[in-house]
Amino acid sequence: MKKNKFLLFILIISSLYTFNSFAEGQFENQQRLKLATTTSTENTGLLDILIPAFTDSTGIEVDVIAVGTGKAIALGENGDVDIIMVHARSREDNFVAEGYGVNRRDLMYNDFVILGPPNDPAGIADTYSASDALEKISKFEADFISRGDDSGTHTREKELWTAAGITPSGTWYKEAGQGMGAVITMTNDLEGYTLSDRGTYLSMKDKIDLIVFVEGDDKLFNPYGIIAVNPALHEHTNYEGAMKLITFLTSIKGQNIIGNFRKNGEQLFYPDVIK
Amino acid sequence: MVFIKALTLILSADREVIFISMTSLSMAVTSTIVATIPALLLGTTLSIKKFPGKSIIIIILNSLMAMPTVVIGLMIYSLISRSGPLGQFGLLFTPWAIIIGQSVLSFPIITSLVYSALSKISIELTETLDTFETGKFKKLYMIFRESRIAVLSAILSGFGRVIGEVGVSMMLGGNIRWFTRTITTTIALETSKGEFELALALGLILIFISFTVNAVLHLGVVSHE
Repeated sequence: MKKNKFLLFILIISSLYTFNSFAEGQFENQQRLKLATTTSTENTGLLDILIPAFTDSTGIEVDVIAVGTGKAIALGENGDVDIIMVHARSREDNFVAEGYGVNRRDLMYNDFVILGPPNDPAGIADTYSASDALEKISKFEADFISRGDDSGTHTREKELWTAAGITPSGTWYKEAGQGMGAVITMTNDLEGYTLSDRGTYLSMKDKIDLIVFVEGDDKLFNPYGIIAVNPALHEHTNYEGAMKLITFLTSIKGQNIIGNFRKNGEQLFYPDVIK
Repeated sequence: MVFIKALTLILSADREVIFISMTSLSMAVTSTIVATIPALLLGTTLSIKKFPGKSIIIIILNSLMAMPTVVIGLMIYSLISRSGPLGQFGLLFTPWAIIIGQSVLSFPIITSLVYSALSKISIELTETLDTFETGKFKKLYMIFRESRIAVLSAILSGFGRVIGEVGVSMMLGGNIRWFTRTITTTIALETSKGEFELALALGLILIFISFTVNAVLHLGVVSHE
């Protein structure tokens, strides 16, 4: 019987512990705000500073779900999140036009860069235009690692290939299907080229050998937008919380936090509302 | 070098690492308990009763053991998404979603292992007990008593499957910081950020937790032999 008592003891302790830890978490959706966003804003650490500041001033807890832009938009369409912060302007406009989102606001921007190994096998170092660089990479058949995950960066990459008039295919074109950080790590190991947002690149700069080869082309502009999920379509959404977040992020305080955010001493994002 | 850094990280365990470890542990413990109750019922029924369709159930259970976690994640996702049939409960991206997924994940394993543990013993034991005209519940108790280590192993296998899984936690929990971030989803995140030391440190913590749980339960049962 001693054994049974012992097992019972363990069972009670573990269930007490479990219930206790659940009681602390609030499960009412109205108190929490679900934000679907891109891996770039989370991997850089920007949200680790922005979100606590928002929670401090409003008391609203934010659940950050970091996925690619494509999935973030899908989560918004299904009503699984209350607000999305993404970077693929054409798709954002569609999201609003189709009635899934309301009150889209520009939030901040940075730019995309084409990264490559220091020895630059495809010789894109002197190229200014993204199209020319991609053309050289495809002609040389140097390894190019694509996000391949329907994210904002992937969307832009496809637009760039189209603009260059190239349909990338072959063993040199590798679709990773992973987030920006993972793709940068892969590119670094494979000594290939890739398209990255500058924020994620800067936040990983000290861990990799890759160098920025192409930057400053207008086609590489990378604006981020924030959109509330339409409460008329999904009445359970925390619309009020979503609008509070939009207000906060586009306020002087929120924009200052974005502008003052530094990683390795460099500015990663530029506020778009108050310049 | 990476290992030394990882160990330093464990020893200097900060509040977040502790929180993440506790989340992993409580999710896995809860879902194992949730799955164990019906698994014991079904496993026992299968081992002591004969009924049509029994082998079909066993075959299905055994095949479900090979089900990829992402597929289970996907199926439950489509159920509890706001656009799914159970959408109105708002379960997606909460700890409850992880518990549901992990329970579904461990249920077939525990059931199947309980079934094989009990069926070995129940045939001989039932015959012996029948000669003594023992009562039904007494009989059940004797069967469990005889096979308690194997039943414990079954439950621990279920626990092992869920504490180390990443598909369900990532898909249904959403890897939300201070809420649904578990050890495995953190490992996935940190690896993607290139933070291999932290990812490795968390892996070691996971093994440690699993070791402790196994040790405590095993010694608790075996030492009272």
